[in-house]
Amino acid sequence: MTDVLIVGAGQAGMQIAVSLRDNGFEGRIELVGEEPHGPYQRPPLSKAFLHGAADIESLELRSPSFYVDNKIVVVPDEKVLKVDLSGERGLATTDTGREIHFDKMALATGSTPRRLPTEGAELDGVLYLRGIADAVELKKRWDAAANVVVIGGGFIGLEVAAGARMDGKQVTVLEAMDRLIARAVSPETSEFYRAAHERRGTSVRLNAKITRLVGEGGAVTGVELEGGEVIPADIVMVGIGVIARGELADQLGLETVNGAIVVNEFAETSDPRVVAAGDAVLLPHPLGGDAQVRLESVQNAVDQAKTAAKTLAGVREPYRAVPWFWSDQADLKLQIAGLSTGYDQTVVRGTPDDESFSVLYYRAGRLIAIDSVNAVSDYMAVRKALGSGSTIPAEQATNLETPLKTLVVE
Amino acid sequence: MPKVTYIQPDGVETTLDARDGDSVMETAVKNGVRGIVAECGGACACATCHVFVDDAFAAKVGEPGPLEDDMLDGAASDRQATSRLSCQIKMNDDLDGLIVRIAPEQV
Ligand SMILES: Cc1cc2nc3c(=O)[nH]c(=O)nc-3n(C[C@H](O)[C@H](O)[C@H](O)COP(=O)(O)OP(=O)(O)OC[C@H]3O[C@@H](n4cnc5c(N)ncnc54)[C@H](O)[C@@H]3O)c2cc1C
Ligand code: FES
Repeated sequence: MTDVLIVGAGQAGMQIAVSLRDNGFEGRIELVGEEPHGPYQRPPLSKAFLHGAADIESLELRSPSFYVDNKIVVVPDEKVLKVDLSGERGLATTDTGREIHFDKMALATGSTPRRLPTEGAELDGVLYLRGIADAVELKKRWDAAANVVVIGGGFIGLEVAAGARMDGKQVTVLEAMDRLIARAVSPETSEFYRAAHERRGTSVRLNAKITRLVGEGGAVTGVELEGGEVIPADIVMVGIGVIARGELADQLGLETVNGAIVVNEFAETSDPRVVAAGDAVLLPHPLGGDAQVRLESVQNAVDQAKTAAKTLAGVREPYRAVPWFWSDQADLKLQIAGLSTGYDQTVVRGTPDDESFSVLYYRAGRLIAIDSVNAVSDYMAVRKALGSGSTIPAEQATNLETPLKTLVVE
Repeated sequence: MPKVTYIQPDGVETTLDARDGDSVMETAVKNGVRGIVAECGGACACATCHVFVDDAFAAKVGEPGPLEDDMLDGAASDRQATSRLSCQIKMNDDLDGLIVRIAPEQV
């Protein structure tokens, strides 16, 4: 019988375990994670959790009895330090000194927040947000904090900024680039979010050049910008992107790019005994083509994990899925379907100032993605269209009288 | 703890005790009830937790909110009169005995 070791008990690791059983895999499954919790969902950490609308138990992805019933051995609070594949069977060693023998391995190690390379970054009150421990730390200081500075205008930073503003704090977002969420959305969507956050009372500073963080008695008190201005801060929340956790893959000599584990469309790494899925990987574009992408989303973690599990169970099925993502900022629901990378045309449907609109992305005349803000029907129509390889003519998409789903053509 | 019963498209039934305040979706997913995919984990962003509420409970459960309503329009299985996204139904003692049928297609 085959024994599978899954390293990383997060969204993807959990899904690999569950999908292995769904595919009839009968061998031993051990899911080892360094966090002191079983697998849980991260998205609420920057949303409901900050307002007390979600407790730790409600974040659990499965109940403890589910794992027992499905013979999935979940080992929290243990980190895999070393892996050796030179013998007939693989051997992993953990930080408790335990040795785990296995036949096949899945790396679902996720990613870790990029650290701020700035003077003063080690001050107390400079926080990152990846796991429950970070969220608890943030929440501990939340009520007492009057001034919150968010460094980095990406999804997580903006979600925390929106939450802080809703709770009545003075909030400043510092973004180094000339627009928000620049890596993921078009200038139209970026500009909408800048204006929307400003309307809610958050100060958004683009092209911000931070010189250092200043503090008193070891605790942060402000962020100094070029020119000497200091923005007061009780909390500095840093959200400047994540780094894939490819340490073990590097150790094994697997192919990686900037830490991200390179996989093929079957979620296989360069060693056939090892699959990988989730935030930690660089994968072929899930809708085909030559491009390689990194996707940091629940959808990708789940769907790619399903592919990885099939591969482990001996079922060859390439990963094909329409990528999708959401971000909740105050009462603004952003939903993204498809990948806009490489677009050459955008069409704005609706009026951004009404806070309900969509941006459709085209490449060589074909629809490739959508950002919808409080425009669920547009999003659902495009997600379905992309899933069936269909498109929506750009010149008709602006007509608000006509639902997008009626405009879908081959 | 309020009870909730899930009926699969093939008729198989599962009855579970729900934690007060947990959604009908969470209760199902945490205990491995098949057919409720719930990819977004309850953010009302995926429409893969679609159920048909038993007529006897439809009034008590109530109507979907505007956002959920639009999501349901795009759900993989055609919506019916008592369609709801199960992540948006929070369990409480009032809903004890709730019966939902799981929509046949979710993705
Ligand atoms: C605050 C926040 C908000 C988010 N919001 C959204 C959202 O709204 N929508 C969305 O689609 N996505 C969102 N995401 C992204 C989403 O949560 C991730 O894409 C997803 O969790 C990736 O799953 P994963 O399994 O690859 O990684 P993770 O869930 O991070 O799991 C990896 C696990 O592996 C463990 N690990 C790593 N190395 C080892 C080792 N050597 N030994 C043992 N354990 C190890 C880590 O500690 C971690 O627990 C959000 C993320 C965060 C942090
Ligand atoms: S779980 Fe995604 S909409 Fe209900």
